[in-house]
Amino acid sequence: MNEILEKTVLTPVTKKIVVNAPYVARKAQPGQFIILRVRENGERIPLTIADYDREKGTITLVFQEVGLTTRLLGRLEVNDSILDLVGPLGVPAELPEKGTVVAVGGGVGVAPILPKCKEMHKRGVKVISIIGARSKDLLILEEEMSACSDELHICTDDGSRGFHGFVSDKLKELIENGVQMDEVIAVGPIPMMRATCEVTRPYKIKTWVSMNPIMVDGTGMCGACRVTVGGETKFCCVDGPMFDGHLIDWQEAWRRVNMYRDEEKVANERCPNCGGVR
Amino acid sequence: MPIKERTEMPVQDPKERIKNFSQVALGYTEEMALNEASRCLQCKNPTCMTGCPVAVKIPEFIKLLKEKKYQEAIDKIKETNNLPAICGRVCPQEHQCEAKCVLARRGQPVAIGRLERFVADWEHSHGKSEVRKAEPNGHRVAVVGSGPAGLTCAADLARLGYQVTIFESLHAPGGVLIYGIPEFRLPKDVVRREVEYVKSLGVKIETSVVIGRTLTIDDLFHDGYEAVFVGSGAGLPMFMHIPGENLNGVYSANEFLTRINLMKAYEFPEFDTPIKRGKRVAVVGAGNVAMDAVRCALRLGAEKAMILYRRGREEMPARAEEVLNAEEEGVEFHFLTNPVRILGDDKGWVTGVECIKMQLGEPDKSGRRRPIPIPGSEFVIEADTVIMALGTSPNPILAQTTEGLKAHPWGGLIADEKTGRTTRPRVWAGGDAVTGSATVILAMGAGKQAAKDIHEYISSGAQGW
Ligand SMILES: Cc1cc2nc3c(=O)[nH]c(=O)nc-3n(C[C@H](O)[C@H](O)[C@H](O)COP(=O)(O)OP(=O)(O)OC[C@H]3O[C@@H](n4cnc5c(N)ncnc54)[C@H](O)[C@@H]3O)c2cc1C
Ligand SMILES: Cc1cc2nc3c(=O)[nH]c(=O)nc-3n(C[C@H](O)[C@H](O)[C@H](O)COP(=O)(O)OP(=O)(O)OC[C@H]3O[C@@H](n4cnc5c(N)ncnc54)[C@H](O)[C@@H]3O)c2cc1C
Ligand code: SF4
Ligand code: SF4
Ligand code: FES
Repeated sequence: MNEILEKTVLTPVTKKIVVNAPYVARKAQPGQFIILRVRENGERIPLTIADYDREKGTITLVFQEVGLTTRLLGRLEVNDSILDLVGPLGVPAELPEKGTVVAVGGGVGVAPILPKCKEMHKRGVKVISIIGARSKDLLILEEEMSACSDELHICTDDGSRGFHGFVSDKLKELIENGVQMDEVIAVGPIPMMRATCEVTRPYKIKTWVSMNPIMVDGTGMCGACRVTVGGETKFCCVDGPMFDGHLIDWQEAWRRVNMYRDEEKVANERCPNCGGVR
Repeated sequence: MPIKERTEMPVQDPKERIKNFSQVALGYTEEMALNEASRCLQCKNPTCMTGCPVAVKIPEFIKLLKEKKYQEAIDKIKETNNLPAICGRVCPQEHQCEAKCVLARRGQPVAIGRLERFVADWEHSHGKSEVRKAEPNGHRVAVVGSGPAGLTCAADLARLGYQVTIFESLHAPGGVLIYGIPEFRLPKDVVRREVEYVKSLGVKIETSVVIGRTLTIDDLFHDGYEAVFVGSGAGLPMFMHIPGENLNGVYSANEFLTRINLMKAYEFPEFDTPIKRGKRVAVVGAGNVAMDAVRCALRLGAEKAMILYRRGREEMPARAEEVLNAEEEGVEFHFLTNPVRILGDDKGWVTGVECIKMQLGEPDKSGRRRPIPIPGSEFVIEADTVIMALGTSPNPILAQTTEGLKAHPWGGLIADEKTGRTTRPRVWAGGDAVTGSATVILAMGAGKQAAKDIHEYISSGAQGW
C-alpha cells in the first residue's frame, strides 16, 4: 500500500503524485484530506486529496515543497512507498447543485480546488475559475482547471502571464464588472484567502475557504488545529477544513500557522540534501 | 509476629531524572521482591482480590513468586490479566488491590503492583513465554482501537480461535499507553512488547485506519466480520472556553503529550515534530494527565512547572505515587486556583494566566466539595506555556457514522455494563469509549467481558441481535 505510481514535477517546487491507497480512494470526497508520514521519525502532515479514482484505488496529491517533510516527500520516486497515510479526513465540502460559483485558487491551493470544480462542473454548476501564482513558472494544473471551468482567468503577481496582480484583485474586477455569482470558494495561503474574503465581504457574497492550520492526528484528538469561526473555537480537522471565510479570525489563524517558525528553520537547515527548495 | 515494613522501590534521583525521559521507578531486585512477597499473609479470604477489577489471583501468584517459580507466577497473573507489565506500573493500586489488602489498615499493604511488575519484567528478561496459538474456529471479529480495551478483547478472542483484526487510526498501536503516558512512567518498549504478544496470538493490527472515515462499521460487517468491538477510548480534549485559549503557547494536554510520546518531539530535531520548550509552564488540572504533562514540561527544561487546580490537595484525582514524584521533582502546586483568562503579548504569545481564588463549599454529586470563586480575588501567574488537562470525552465519529449506535449526550457510547452490548446489534463497546476517561485496568476488564460475551453469542449460534 501507499506506493507512488506516478510522479509529475509541475514546477520546481510543486509535485504531483498518484498513490495507491484503495481504502482512501473508496471513500474520498471533494474537500477531504489525508495525513501522511514519510519516515520513521517523521512528522505527520496533512495534504488535500486533489483527485481520486475509485476503480483504480488511487488518490492524487499535489504539494509544494515548503519545508522538511514536503521536501522529503518530493524526494520519493515511483515505486517508493509513503510510510503511513490515513484518510479520508475532514468533512466533505458542501457544494452547490446549481448557480454560478467563482473558484479562486492561489499557488498550490489550485490543487485542492480542482476536485471541487470537477464535482460542481459535473453537477451543471457554472464554474468561473481564477487561478494564480507568483510567476508563470509556478502556475499549476492549468489544463485540468480549464477542463472543468466555464471560464478560466489566470493571474501572476509579476505579470509574467495573464492578469498582472493577485487573484483577489481579479475577483474584485469581475464583481465590479457586474459578473453575477452565488458563491465564492477560495483556497490558498492565508493572506490570499483573507484578501479574497475582504473583497467579497462588502457585497455579502458567501465565501468558503479551506483552512490549513497545523495538525497532528487529524481526528479531533489534539486541538492543534483550532480555528476561531464566528467567535467559536472549531477543530479544523473534524469540523472543517471548509468554513465561512467571513467568520474566520484571520489574525489568529496567521499567527498559529507560524507558531513553529524557528523550529521549522532548524529542521530545514539540518537537512540540506532533502531536495527541493533550499 | 511483627509485620515487616513495606519494601521501598529504588527510584532515579529527582535531580537527575528531571533531565531525562528514562524510567523513574527502577523496579525491585529479586531480593527486594522476595522480601516484599514474604509479607503477604496468604489470607484464606483474600480481600485484595476484590479490589482488582480483573480479580488477579494475588495470593496465588505471590506464593509462586516466594517459591521463586517466576514463570508460574506470571502465568497465574496472565490467567486474568494480559498486560501485567503495564498494570504493575500504572494501576492506581492505592484505590484498588492494595486498598483492600488486610495490611492496608496499618498503612502498609503488600506492594502488589510492584510484585506484579517484577514478575512481568522477569518474564521479559528470562522467560521463554511459549505462545500456544489456538485452533482457528473460522469466525472473524473486528476491533476498533488498539488501547488496553481493544488489545485485551482481541487477545482473549484470539486465544479462543477467533480471527481478529484491530483497526487503529494512529500510525502506532497502544492507545493512551503509547501516545499519552510518558516514557518515564511506562517505557514504550514495555508497551510494544505487550502489543507483540497480542500479535503473536494471531491478531492482525491495521494502523492508519479511522473507523467512521476510512471504513465504517457497516463496511466491516459487509467484509465478513461477525462482531465488532469498539474500544475507541475518550480522546477528545476539553478546553475551558475562556478568553485567550487559542494564543500561541496554549496546548491541550493531549497535543502536548502526543507530540512528546508518540512523535518524540523531546528529541527534536532528531525527530521531525517540534514542541515549544516553555520556561514557565502552567498546567491546569490535577489528574494523571496533568501530572504527566507537568513532569514532561520539567524534562523539556522548564524552570518553573506549576499545577493550577481549582480544588484542594485531598481532591486531586491523580495516582498518589505520581503526585509524590511530581512534588519531589519540584513541581509547584497552586490549589484552589482557577484560570479565568489567558493573557498574551501583542504577537499573540502567552504571557500569563489570570486566576481567581476558590473556596470549598458543599459536596457535589461526586461527593467532592464544590469549589466556589471568591469575588475580587483575581491575580496573575506568569507563564509562557499553558497546558489544559481538564479531561477528555469520547470521539463522536463512530456514533455519527454508525446507524443504531447510540451515545449519551456527553459522548459515551450506551452499552450494557455486564456484556458491553451496545444499541446496535453485533456491536460491543468498552473502556473509555463507554465510561469516559477511567483507568487501564477498567478498560481491560471491559474488553475481557465483551470478549466473553462475543464468544457466547457467536458460539451459541445466536441470531437476530
Ligand atoms: C487540511 C489541509 C490541507 C492541506 N493541503 C495541502 C496540499 O494539498 N498541498 C500542499 O502543498 N499543502 C497542503 N497543506 C499544507 C501542508 O500541510 C504544509 O505545507 C506542510 O505540513 C508543510 O510541512 P513541512 O515539514 O514541509 O514544512 P515546515 O517547514 O514544517 O512548515 C512550513 C509551513 O507549513 C505549515 N505546517 C507545518 N507543519 C504542519 C503540520 N503538521 N500540519 C499542517 N501544517 C503544517 C506551517 O504553516 C508552516 O509554517 C494542507 C494543510 C492542511 C491543514
Ligand atoms: C496522560 C494519561 C495518563 C494516564 N495515566 C493513567 C494511569 O496512570 N493509570 C491508569 O490506570 N490509567 C491512566 N490513564 C487512563 C487510561 O490510559 C485509559 O483509561 C485507558 O487507556 C483507556 O483504554 P481504552 O482502550 O478504552 O482507550 P485508549 O487507550 O484511549 O485507546 C483507544 C484507541 O482507539 C483509537 N481510535 C479512536 N477512535 C478510532 C476510530 N474511529 N478508528 C480507529 N481507531 C480509533 C485511538 O487512536 C486509540 O489508540 C491515563 C490517561 C492519560 C491520557
Ligand atoms: S491488575 Fe492492577 S488492580 Fe489488579 S492486582 Fe494488578 S495492580 Fe492491582
Ligand atoms: S490481602 Fe494482602 S496479605 Fe492478604 S493475601 Fe492479599 S495481598 Fe496477601
Ligand atoms: S489535528 Fe488534532 S484535533 Fe485536529
